[in-house]
Amino acid sequence: MQALTDIPDPLVVAETWIGEGRRVAIATVIETWGSAPRPVGSHLVIDGAGHFEGSVSGGCVEGAVISEAADILETGQAKILEFGVADETAWRVGLSCGGRIRVLVERVDG
Amino acid sequence: MDLKTLQALNAARAGRRAAVLFADLETGRNALLVEGEHCPDEWVEPMAVALRSGKPGTIVVSERSYFLNVYLPPPRILVIGAVHISQALARMAPVAGFDLAIVDPRTAFATAERFSGVELIVEWPDEALKTRPLDRFTAMVAVTHDPKIDDEPLRAALAADCFYVGALGSRKTHANRVERLRRLGLADDAIQRVRAPIGLDIAAASPAEIAVAILAEIIEALRRRDIGSAGEARR
Repeated sequence: MQALTDIPDPLVVAETWIGEGRRVAIATVIETWGSAPRPVGSHLVIDGAGHFEGSVSGGCVEGAVISEAADILETGQAKILEFGVADETAWRVGLSCGGRIRVLVERVDG
Repeated sequence: MDLKTLQALNAARAGRRAAVLFADLETGRNALLVEGEHCPDEWVEPMAVALRSGKPGTIVVSERSYFLNVYLPPPRILVIGAVHISQALARMAPVAGFDLAIVDPRTAFATAERFSGVELIVEWPDEALKTRPLDRFTAMVAVTHDPKIDDEPLRAALAADCFYVGALGSRKTHANRVERLRRLGLADDAIQRVRAPIGLDIAAASPAEIAVAILAEIIEALRRRDIGSAGEARR
């Protein structure tokens, strides 16, 4: 698709991984408030071994999304995750930039 | 998401067709609608709004929440002229996420040696444009300095409402170009969309620096484009 770009496209990677027999979950930023590092619509794709491509934040919450993806790959039940500012005790992980994001995580079923 | 949906989405994107993915936030079920293909009545309006704005977001239809993700074709740059500036621009554009192709009928300039790994079309622009039509997601960069080569693609780019149209040359050169474009039947407000002298004014001196200035101006045109009510992107 972007033949001259070396940076992989997450959705193309997801399709390639499925072709290789890997299980794949797609995470999508569906809502942001305040200063969020990645815009609505951004994708992160994760396989069953925790390999990933793309991003839903500047690296702040990817770890948490990847660990949630492991469950979603098992159950097949799509889930919406919400992340907020890092210093609020309510959040396990957060965004140091002070924004909040919601992320839809779903399994690709072949 | 079904694998079939993912494959159809990637196929639409590869074919430079705009697509909208509807995700039901309760069930997680998806529906993909591709521009120009059948669209159920209830989705016609939200689909049109999404394509016009290019912005993903959540909507409520019949008390159900849907997330609409919008996939517009990746912006591409069509360069007229296989010149020194184009060599630098061809390296930088992909890094910034743009597809790029170069058209130049002059075989002395358009050599595989000078443009290794770059899509190079050794044809007159009017021939080249027959096989790769311009669209709103295309930036036109005319840098040959030769009216015989530059003028027709500039006219075509304005007619196709390309989001960026730039032409190399001094203010004096451009004043002459404006006269020629008028004689080609273009209206003044269309001609005014040609960026000349090309590139943001960063006092660029070398060909590579000019390429940076052009790329920055293209990015500005893309990100600041005014989404009009007719779905046309223009400044």
